Amino acid sequence: MFVRWSAAIAAAILLSSPALLQSASAADKPTDPQIAHIAYTAGVIDINAAKQAQKKAKSKDVKAFAEDMLRDHEAVNKQALALVKKLNVTPEDNDTSKALSKQASDKLAELDKLSGAAFDKAYVANEVAYHKQVNGALETQLIPSASNAELKSLLQTGLKIFQGHQQHAEHVATELK
Amino acid sequence: MSGRLFSLPLALVCAAMVVPAHAATIEITMENLVISPAEISAKVGDTVNWVNKDVFAHTATAKNGDFDVTLPPKKSATSVLKKAGTVEYYCRYHPNMKATLKIEP
Repeated sequence: MFVRWSAAIAAAILLSSPALLQSASAADKPTDPQIAHIAYTAGVIDINAAKQAQKKAKSKDVKAFAEDMLRDHEAVNKQALALVKKLNVTPEDNDTSKALSKQASDKLAELDKLSGAAFDKAYVANEVAYHKQVNGALETQLIPSASNAELKSLLQTGLKIFQGHQQHAEHVATELK
Repeated sequence: MSGRLFSLPLALVCAAMVVPAHAATIEITMENLVISPAEISAKVGDTVNWVNKDVFAHTATAKNGDFDVTLPPKKSATSVLKKAGTVEYYCRYHPNMKATLKIEP
């Protein structure tokens, strides 16, 4: 049941195809503990990417962007941890989280080989793509599937802030060209 | 005698007039990535109490450089308005958060 949904989402994530994301909505919904795990994992991924960028980025704008990512994603994840504790929910690992983590560690390794302006461009391009992907999943899957009102509200705040990140990343990407 | 009794309250009234009698405190809140009110009027000498209700850090940054207040998560700060004008300001971290402050002389 969930396997079917998560396999579809995992495929969608790997292919970054909005069409696949939508077709997945026909499948069964992820549970709140799974949603919490996916959201938290997605945050950790961007925090790790930002930490890498802080070390490697050359452009002042890219460094500032990475700092913003670190600050906001840490704030959201801190809030998420406080919420699961309050609700007495244990986040549950799942195929979507695993697919996200795998994709992210491959990306980290790929970016690690780059330096200077090439790194800056690749990092920002990936931030644009990654936020698009996560925002798409939040909008079409995670928010509609969340049953707890507080979890739903936290995801909605997350979506709002991540949409801002996407715009910011797109802006930085244009500046780098 | 009666003259002296009269002069004390009068002096107090005069002192109150020298110090702007209308100096007020206005509150501007940042919550869920929205600044409210989005537009507000105040006067030179008024105090703004900036309240950040979010878990995110915000700033109130004037486009014309008149002020740049940093607000850590769940904290507030105050600033006194010193110059008249219509000031557009935003959050440097979340530029979608925008508002206007009309400062009358």
